[in-house]
Amino acid sequence: MYDFTPFVDSIRNYLTAQFSPGVAMALIWTIIILIYLAFYAVLGLVLVYAERRVCAFFQLRLGPNRVGWQGTFQTVADAIKLLLKEPVTVNKADKLLFNLAPFIISLAALMVLSLIPFAPGLQAFDINIGLLFIIAVSSIGVVGVLLAGWSSNNKYALIGAMRSGAQIVSYELSVGLSLLTMVLLTGTLQLSEIIAGQANGWWIFKGHFPAIAAFFLFITASIAEINRGPFDLPEAESELTAGFHTEYSGLKFAFFFLAEFVNMFTVAAIAATVFFGGWMPFHIGDWQAFNRIMDFIPPFLWFFVKVGGIIFLMMWFKWTFPRLRIDQLLRLEWKYLMPLNLMNLILMAILVYLGWHL
Amino acid sequence: MSDLVLTEPGIEALPTQEYFINMGPQHPSTHGVLRLVLTIDGEIIRKVEPHIGFIHRSIEKMCEHDAYRQIIHLTDRMDYLSCHMNNEAVCLAIESALQVEVPERVKVIRTIVSELTRLSSHQLWWGVMGMDLGAITTFLYGFRDREMINDIFEETCGARLTMNYNVPGGLMFDIHPNFQKRTKDFLAHFRTKLPEYDRLLSDNPILRSRTEGIGYLSKEDAIAYGITGPSGRASGFACDIRKRLPYSAYPQVEFKEILLTEGDCFARYKARILEMWESMHIIDQLIDNIPEGEFQAPTKQVIKLPKGEYYQRVETARGDFGVYIISDGNKSPYRLKFRSPGFSNLFVLDKVARGCKIADLVAIMSTFDYVMPDIDR
Repeated sequence: MYDFTPFVDSIRNYLTAQFSPGVAMALIWTIIILIYLAFYAVLGLVLVYAERRVCAFFQLRLGPNRVGWQGTFQTVADAIKLLLKEPVTVNKADKLLFNLAPFIISLAALMVLSLIPFAPGLQAFDINIGLLFIIAVSSIGVVGVLLAGWSSNNKYALIGAMRSGAQIVSYELSVGLSLLTMVLLTGTLQLSEIIAGQANGWWIFKGHFPAIAAFFLFITASIAEINRGPFDLPEAESELTAGFHTEYSGLKFAFFFLAEFVNMFTVAAIAATVFFGGWMPFHIGDWQAFNRIMDFIPPFLWFFVKVGGIIFLMMWFKWTFPRLRIDQLLRLEWKYLMPLNLMNLILMAILVYLGWHL
Repeated sequence: MSDLVLTEPGIEALPTQEYFINMGPQHPSTHGVLRLVLTIDGEIIRKVEPHIGFIHRSIEKMCEHDAYRQIIHLTDRMDYLSCHMNNEAVCLAIESALQVEVPERVKVIRTIVSELTRLSSHQLWWGVMGMDLGAITTFLYGFRDREMINDIFEETCGARLTMNYNVPGGLMFDIHPNFQKRTKDFLAHFRTKLPEYDRLLSDNPILRSRTEGIGYLSKEDAIAYGITGPSGRASGFACDIRKRLPYSAYPQVEFKEILLTEGDCFARYKARILEMWESMHIIDQLIDNIPEGEFQAPTKQVIKLPKGEYYQRVETARGDFGVYIISDGNKSPYRLKFRSPGFSNLFVLDKVARGCKIADLVAIMSTFDYVMPDIDR
């Protein structure tokens, strides 16, 4: 009903008919890249706005709810402030790496974003190793963090970067394992097929207990992987002033800031895709009328509502919990999350072998 | 060069090195302009050297040139969160030197306002403690409740933070007619909010793991270093001046001296939370029994203390605060010394924090509740 495939195909056909194959290809990619860059910036703004609002409601703060209509000017003020600030580079900082780091982080965030299916037909890059690609690419971000910490010539930044190195490398295992658990269930790594498999019920319901456990393990590990509270140790405001991006200002800082928010979005999007059916509407067995009404809601709305819910959950965590200590953080991963994930994987394997998920 | 060397067969030994890091004077969790020079091995702290003096205003020297009535205003600017108690210490010293009999009404009001100040100080501490550990929301919850106390103060004496409500011989003004009602309203409100503090932070497993067993201070060390206030009592050092050397209306009221034995960060945290309950209990007993009478005993316009030495201790929100006045009979003191609780509490940091992580140091610092102007004076 709301399939974007014909629309996207018609554009592609038009371009291939008008231009030579090489030029058409280049044009298609340029359009996609421009759309994604615009989406990246808008997403950042919207999420900053959402975070400010949610946090203001949690914290009984009036400002972000009063500036302009429903607090919208607060985000505008934020953006203007970041754009107008002087980009300071520290003395004796490694200029090349210092300037490169924000781009690496943004690159990783954008590359993961390109795999997210927003609605039927709205996906830039539908490869058959989708989930594997996501796990692989999302870990490039840590290189940016390490570079930022190393090149800043600042001890706080260095400690933050080292923390983040240890943290991201550890938590990647749990992210990977919890997604692997789901791959056993889905039987494919391709995101569009994972969604297609959920037409008769979302994986989190079809996978019984192991799928639910995998969801919580995935969310916990992902929050740690994207450095959000209560696992925001690389930034740890009260300990390291601002961690790895202490020395960044203005637009360069904004890149880190945007990347953090976009990473939050991609994590929520992956969770929604793998566990909650992506853009797939909510259906109950053979309640025809109910399912019809659900089908009537556009898929991209389904997608964004699911993603929004998971993002809200992450914000809720951040504004409620105190921060862990670095050794406790690593202990949590290696002594609890990892073994739990492995057990969960075995459980899921048994479940799939017995065919209970069908 | 430390002894920490990675050795594995086939891999060349990787030597590691201790390094220095400057924490402060501008740092989010030093609560003012404190500079700590940390010697760090990776994340582990080997040595902490506090450097103070960034906000030194030579208050003690200024006092030697000021009249006694003026000195009181300077004490506000030391531990600004316990301003009323600081004022009271100086007033009590002057009153005992002049042998002025203070009306009962004054004693009771001073005690109530002292306890309200203690509550507001602990509320702010609780908020900042949460923020230091990464739970930013607590900061605003603490301030929300503190706002009500500040409003009461504003109505009573016109100021919200540095109140100067005390004058030698009594109070600057009588209480506002609304004072009793608003205080009772606040107590009713805060009785519902203090359990919320527990639900939000005290019972949180992350907070527990960050504070339990961290920053242990034994009773002997607490006595040796002169750690007073809730921090000392969390180590089992019975040092509550309100019990030991009662002043104002404290002899009339019933309250427990919070004594814990664990001596770790969580004990210091718990001591303050329990102290808030006790403060509310004290105010409860006094708020309906404010005796009628004068709000000021008559004193001379220019106060001249008789020749001699006078010492007065009070219990501020941070501990044992002392005023030592040497008078040569003139209108300003010959020498004046403040014993501020924060100063001795700060220098135990090296003893407590060695071997901890950087994150623990932040927890330790916030449970000792430092206020920098109090330490530097």
